[in-house]
Amino acid sequence: MQNRAKHKFEFYGEGLPAIDLHELQGRLIVIEGPDGVGRSTQIAMLKPWLESNGHAVLDTGLTRSELAGKGIDQAKEGHTLGPIALTLFYATDLADRLENEMIPALRAGFIVLTDRYIYSLIARAIVRGADPEWIKSVYGLALKPDAIFYMRAEVNHLILRALSSPMGFDYWESGMDLHLGEDRFDSFVEYQSRMLAVFDSMIDQYGFSVIDATKPIDSIYKDLQRQVGRLLREM
Amino acid sequence: MQLYGAHKLPGKLFIVEGIDGSGKSTQLSLLGQWLRREGYMVFFSEWNSSPLVKATTRRGKNKHMLTPTTFSLIHATDLADRIERHIVPALKAGAIVLADRYIFTAFARDVARGVSPTLVRDLYKFAVKPTRAFYFRVPLDVSLKRILGARAALKYYEAGMDLEMTEDIEESFRLFQGMIRDRYEEMVDEFGLTVIDATRSIEHQQNEVRAIIERDLIDVPKHPVRSLVIE
Repeated sequence: MQNRAKHKFEFYGEGLPAIDLHELQGRLIVIEGPDGVGRSTQIAMLKPWLESNGHAVLDTGLTRSELAGKGIDQAKEGHTLGPIALTLFYATDLADRLENEMIPALRAGFIVLTDRYIYSLIARAIVRGADPEWIKSVYGLALKPDAIFYMRAEVNHLILRALSSPMGFDYWESGMDLHLGEDRFDSFVEYQSRMLAVFDSMIDQYGFSVIDATKPIDSIYKDLQRQVGRLLREM
Repeated sequence: MQLYGAHKLPGKLFIVEGIDGSGKSTQLSLLGQWLRREGYMVFFSEWNSSPLVKATTRRGKNKHMLTPTTFSLIHATDLADRIERHIVPALKAGAIVLADRYIFTAFARDVARGVSPTLVRDLYKFAVKPTRAFYFRVPLDVSLKRILGARAALKYYEAGMDLEMTEDIEESFRLFQGMIRDRYEEMVDEFGLTVIDATRSIEHQQNEVRAIIERDLIDVPKHPVRSLVIE
């Protein structure tokens, strides 16, 4: 209990109203990184491992909110939302999940594993020309996680991943809305390079733990187990 | 991304604000008809009307899923979509954009719901600063008589039922409208809103609004597209 009392969450900015941060007992763990880097594979392995060790786990990710998930997917389907509206739609989705899933789970002592968090959203918005100060103030509503694992890979590696996926070079993963290149490949390379630069610039700012995502899946998993295990030892 | 006050666009943006039953929509529609007859290009934009965002808002409202934070964010998303898709392009083309409710509606409602005033002002920094914002000022009992006399059903969020002030929806609506009116009154000086006395006749108000707008339009060409230089 003493250790629990010591642990306290904070918001990045003004946060959400009517939340008592002292009540939140669980841990918030973020897996971040570019498209196709293997985040969901790792989460799919971490969750049963944590559960077998007696931890209750909530896994969540972008656009999975009951309120806005469907609306965002539909809007992306038509490629019709502008960058500011899309940013705010994502913020709505995150706020809904924070208020209705993640914070209640943390209150109940769960480990919340989230596939991406505000960093991908901030990076996407910045690459699309949003004002960095504005976007940070919007995501001031977010809780600071206990750990942020940034699965990092160079663009060459992401190209191989895209080639081996049935989706190929996806419209959004290629940043086609930005008109960066002649075709999907050129656009993918340029867009993912810009995303990588923004992600890298956030390492120190937000305290990312960098994971080399080009290593074999098993070795990444062992690395994550070790780091997550250390984090949970105090619980 | 241009922040509030930094947009330099040839068109003009006029917006109307006020509590429900202040008569602002009637005034805006009369204004639009006059401007069109005068030969201006006019574009209308209504609060909460983005086709892509509306379905989500409706869902959240019908199922009472919205908290003060998500209520605020989804309405900001709606305005952002309309600004990016319609308002900025129309202003670029030199049109006169008329908006029924704008950021001040969000500032009044969201703050009445308990969202921090600085947070909601920061959130809407993407918005184009209006050329002029009209505030139709009306005493609460006058507007309530207009609204409650004209229709039967009040909606959950519109009546502020989510604030759980009272179980009586009509009483909740009265209280909530009063809170919103207080927020509007505070914003008159903060944002330099142009106050129109909405207790006077419709004709009288419309003449006043037209006289003000006429001065704002002195340097605006009626057929901007004809003189538009495409670079």
